[in-house]
Amino acid sequence: MSKKEIDEITGTETTGHEWDGIKELNTPLPRWWLWIFYACIVWAIGYMIAMPAWPLINGATKGVLGYASRANVVTDIEKAKDAQQVFLTKIDETEVGDIVKDEELARFARAGGSSAFKVNCVQCHGAGAQGFAGYPNLNDDEWIWGGTIDEIYITIAHGARDNADDDTHISEMPAYGADELLEKDEIISVANYVVSISGGEADAALIGNGAEIFLDNCAACHGEKAEGVAELGGPALNNAIWLYQGGIEAITTQINAPKHGVMPAWRTKLSDATVKQLAVYVHSLGGGE
Amino acid sequence: MSKNKKPAPDTKIEKIEVEPVNKGAKNAPLYVAHKKIFSKMAKGKFRNFKTFMLMFTLSIYFITPWLRWDRGEYAPDQFILLDIANRRFYLAFLEIWPQEFYYVAGLLLMAGVGLFLATSAVGRAWCGYSCPQTVWTDLFMFVDRFVEGDRNARIKLDKAPWSANKLFKRGIKHFIWILISVFTGITFTLYFADAPQLFVDIITLQAPSVAYATIAVLTGTTYAFAGIMREQLCIYMCPWPRIQGAMLDEHSLTVTYNDWRGENRGKNSKKLAAQGKIVGDCIDCDLCVAVCPTGIDIRDGMQLECITCGLCIDACNGVMDKIGKERGLISYTTFNYYNENMDIATSGAYTHDGTPTHEAIEAIDISKVRDSKTGKLKPEFKHTNWRELFRVRTILYLTVWALIGIAMLLSLTFRSPLDVNVLRDRNPRFVMLSDGSVRNGYDVKILNMTPIYRNVELSVEGLPDAKMILGGSSEEATDKLALELEPDRVLPIRLYIKVDPEDVKPGRTDFILNVNNIANDEAASAKAIFEAPEK
Repeated sequence: MSKKEIDEITGTETTGHEWDGIKELNTPLPRWWLWIFYACIVWAIGYMIAMPAWPLINGATKGVLGYASRANVVTDIEKAKDAQQVFLTKIDETEVGDIVKDEELARFARAGGSSAFKVNCVQCHGAGAQGFAGYPNLNDDEWIWGGTIDEIYITIAHGARDNADDDTHISEMPAYGADELLEKDEIISVANYVVSISGGEADAALIGNGAEIFLDNCAACHGEKAEGVAELGGPALNNAIWLYQGGIEAITTQINAPKHGVMPAWRTKLSDATVKQLAVYVHSLGGGE
Repeated sequence: MSKNKKPAPDTKIEKIEVEPVNKGAKNAPLYVAHKKIFSKMAKGKFRNFKTFMLMFTLSIYFITPWLRWDRGEYAPDQFILLDIANRRFYLAFLEIWPQEFYYVAGLLLMAGVGLFLATSAVGRAWCGYSCPQTVWTDLFMFVDRFVEGDRNARIKLDKAPWSANKLFKRGIKHFIWILISVFTGITFTLYFADAPQLFVDIITLQAPSVAYATIAVLTGTTYAFAGIMREQLCIYMCPWPRIQGAMLDEHSLTVTYNDWRGENRGKNSKKLAAQGKIVGDCIDCDLCVAVCPTGIDIRDGMQLECITCGLCIDACNGVMDKIGKERGLISYTTFNYYNENMDIATSGAYTHDGTPTHEAIEAIDISKVRDSKTGKLKPEFKHTNWRELFRVRTILYLTVWALIGIAMLLSLTFRSPLDVNVLRDRNPRFVMLSDGSVRNGYDVKILNMTPIYRNVELSVEGLPDAKMILGGSSEEATDKLALELEPDRVLPIRLYIKVDPEDVKPGRTDFILNVNNIANDEAASAKAIFEAPEK
């Protein structure tokens, strides 16, 4: 390769490599291409200095511009929070029942409530707020503690049977069987009566007696017609909705030794604005009064 | 051999010093410097057609945004408007919403198949006459000729040292180029907003920055593509010559040099004839090369660079007229016709490979080509028959093209400007209410695709005794719901459907949600499912 070998036909220098008489031409790169290549090298060096580039054991070189995608995320979150703050301030200043009067604010509250619900409430009430046995369905039209936005707000803020909160909803149904307040056959009679008024099939012979026992023992909290008393947390028994389960057997079990659900008071865990948003959201699920 | 009839013919024909950019005989390297092309103005029917297409297509482009179409007070009155901000496409009486984008897909399909059709029938007619690159390049070439003169004057100016005159002419030329480019860019943006308003905004520097950016890009590309790059774009950048080359067949019309009557060519035919050589019709005046906008020599055969604009046909026909020969030495013809004629001329010695080889030309028997008594071409030679356009392949393309068109037309004609979409709640699938009735929730979207207010009524079909109520409403649930739709808007509603306990069917029930315009018989419907407990 000490001497340049020029290909006769093309007039181009060869590399000196030869395979079965075929020689490789050493065609120079186009000038423009070469310059772009050099420019890329210069750019790459500059980029390595300016931007995070070299991986180290803990992290990487910072780069003189101090760029970090994490910092961008933090800024973005702060920006989003600033944008939300306008609404949150407004919600703080607005009575919970009046939020729905402002269409834009109501939309924000429902969206915010929806996301807060998914974090805090779905564990008991379900992802669709459909509830489970012992955990009320929030889509339907029966409300143990009342279904207006204000009542829902109070329930969320103070919870139910949460001893840590002074204003919590408290209702305790006596264990009529376990504490021997009623005889076994009396309990069965009441259960039959309750089933009959909620549209189920019951033993007709027991209903009359059951109705009397109901008036004496149960009507104080559940209402004379078993329509429920929200102030006392006595659920309606004359309809198709059961917190635990319908049917004579399940109702008998509940009268014998009642189960009581507990809901924490959320005002200590969440901001007031969040609780308000939750109330607006839950109220919008279709059963709000 | 028959040249003695003409009255001093060759003196009238301009002799041109020109060399094709890709001269076949030369073994040119792949990487070559660009050769400047100074194309000469051609005169003839193809030039006229090209000029007509130039004016026709440019008129469409520049005038369309200014056409108006009255759509009432709630919609823009521009004939064609691509409203990206509001996601609407207006075309005359049509208003296309984003979910109807398949119409655009259909149009693109038609454009694609249409291109197949055009290519298989008339070759690269798109390249030659209606491609924007061709049209704008042609327009810029008119500017060249207007400012600097025709070919010779331009070559002279190009070679001349810089002077006040050259600077002036070049300045004027580039100024007009840029002016056209800017107007091309401005016109493009006018398709996307109210044209008169945007135009005023652009002039008064009030328009959004995206408009100026678009204009800048379009100005730059127009100036670079049509002014500077020209045929290089077709040859090096555009994939279409390669695709089209693959779609041509032996029945496609291409611009062809009929060497069976042209060869042997010679600038001094009398001398050649005296030497006893066979002399063809081509007098080697190189006019066909001079007028070519891509600077090639069509006599080297069909090439990738040829955009089949037919200007060389015009040039050659003019020369044939002057020397008293039949027109069509260069002509639009198919490979099949060329082969047949070559067969006749060479008494079957031609190899059919399509390239004008020395051997094939040697085999041409001039007595087969021309009648020595009359001096006319022999009648056996075939002229391209236009019926060649109609063959299985083109008819198939035409059928597909027409079917897509008819399908789109039908669907456009019968499309309802009222539509409804229903999305059922999945969680909870249903809600049992205290009175034992079952309620399902739906997110319903009602689309009013007309620029007028409409009053519609919602009703449920296939679900006995179903009652409807809007989410958040405190009114009683009813059989039917009346709603007002804003013009040109989607109305999203939260709809609850409730069925009384005695009417509830266990499990899933299919039903139809109907939306009826109260004022007329316009209607839309959507299938949906109502779910209840299994027992």
